[in-house]
Amino acid sequence: MFSNIALAAANSASGEKISISEAAATAIFGYAVVFFGLIILMIVLYILAAIFKKRNAAAKAAALKNTAAKSASQADVEEASAPAPAQAKLAPGSAGHVKLYDVPDKEAAMIMAIVADKLQTPLNELRFISIKEVK
Amino acid sequence: MDILETLSKLWNDSGFASFFADGGWKNLVMIGIACVLLYLGIVKKFEPLLLVGIAFGCLLVNVSNFFLDGTSSSEALYHPELWDAFLDHDSEFYHSYGHVMSNGGFLDILYIGVKAGLYPSLIFLGVGAMTDFGPLIARPNSLLLGAAAQMGVFLAYFGAVCLGFTGNQAASIGIIGGADGPTAIFLTTRLAPELLGPIAIAAYSYMALIPMIQPFFMRLLTTEKERKIKMEQSREVSKTEKILFPIIVSIFVILLLPSTAPLVGCLMLGNLWRECGVTARLSDTVQNALMNIVTVFLGISVGATTVASKFLSFETLKIIALGLTAFCFSTVGGLIVGKIMCKLSGGKINPLIGSAGVSAVPMAARVSQIEGQKANPTNFLLMHAMGPNVAGVIGSAIAAGFLLAVYGG
Repeated sequence: MFSNIALAAANSASGEKISISEAAATAIFGYAVVFFGLIILMIVLYILAAIFKKRNAAAKAAALKNTAAKSASQADVEEASAPAPAQAKLAPGSAGHVKLYDVPDKEAAMIMAIVADKLQTPLNELRFISIKEVK
Repeated sequence: MDILETLSKLWNDSGFASFFADGGWKNLVMIGIACVLLYLGIVKKFEPLLLVGIAFGCLLVNVSNFFLDGTSSSEALYHPELWDAFLDHDSEFYHSYGHVMSNGGFLDILYIGVKAGLYPSLIFLGVGAMTDFGPLIARPNSLLLGAAAQMGVFLAYFGAVCLGFTGNQAASIGIIGGADGPTAIFLTTRLAPELLGPIAIAAYSYMALIPMIQPFFMRLLTTEKERKIKMEQSREVSKTEKILFPIIVSIFVILLLPSTAPLVGCLMLGNLWRECGVTARLSDTVQNALMNIVTVFLGISVGATTVASKFLSFETLKIIALGLTAFCFSTVGGLIVGKIMCKLSGGKINPLIGSAGVSAVPMAARVSQIEGQKANPTNFLLMHAMGPNVAGVIGSAIAAGFLLAVYGG
């Protein structure tokens, strides 16, 4: 097949027509080369993503550890009776986390805003337990 | 002064008299075609930034270019015979830009930038600076869709050989299926410059017609259930990943196919300027000022190649038909692999994003979004479709690089 392709190139350089079988071989080989090139790139990107995910996870864990340690030391200084929070602090006035099932954050925020608007009730007076997409 | 003789001389010197000369009617037909293209660009908004320039270049060259004994008139803006000599191995002016510069018209001078592959590469620099590769980096399997959507390139190439074109010409016709104007121009100027006019017009016209061509195949090849699939939000991509991406792509793709260096190199350099955060001025310049300047030169000089004697032929009709075939099969290729990925992922990937693998950015991604929302009004596929869309740009550059490596001599 490779010799066919080389022959095809040689013929066409002089402006000659090429045979259908040579064209078919070149087309199949060309399509395969495009896939090969992009698959290699895909593998490289997956490797890169894995490295960055690992790095980000390590950085997040370290940040969380730092926050917890800071909160604990602050609590010691202030002699507060409450235990140090294990998770990131909730926003002031928040009633806790909303469980989301197949709903992206942005859509959930939109739904909560719409419900508050329809009920004519401020958002901080409502408590959403979970939001689930009905399929 | 003999008034009648003077009037007769004026008439004979005018372009109007040339319409009645041998083959002059062809120029008249081309002027009509230029007006139709201007209408499509201005009124129908078919890729107006380039099509208006191409159409006006076509108009200019055909009102100024009348053949007298086989050579164009001295007032002509574009002289095809100069470029024939430029490409003729036996001519003393073979590859002589000096000969073109000293004897050419205004459009001949501008065309040097096309012939040297300068304008398409500079356009790619701007495209790179305008493109966010984030969706592709977040979902690397989009690259498979970008590869699949090059099916039309190779099927149209094969079809062109079957219809009697030479290998070089078939390769140039096939690349229309990549839905990437600069790549099509770049490859054609190198392999079959005599076909540049019809290929550029077909490529840009079909790119503008994507919202009309693709939906039929999208509905034909996908079920209502598949079109309704909502895709999960992609992960966030860090700044460092975005900076590394153009460097990695340049290294891997150019090492694989060195002939892609002008296109891929410029695309990735433009993107690096955008993402690295320390060259905002350069990124802004290539996205706006440079892109606009090159678009002016590219449009008008590509239009200049549509000289009546060369454009009006049965070959042009064949190219237009093959270009449409290429676009259709590229869409089908992307959709088929999209369906396979949908099945393999357990229904997590909407196959509609496959058609965005043709590299008309962002038109093809927008069509995926519209069709997805028609099936499910809460569906937002645009960002998911942008991944295959930008993968298609890289895919068509690789396809062009392959064809250039095979036929470039």
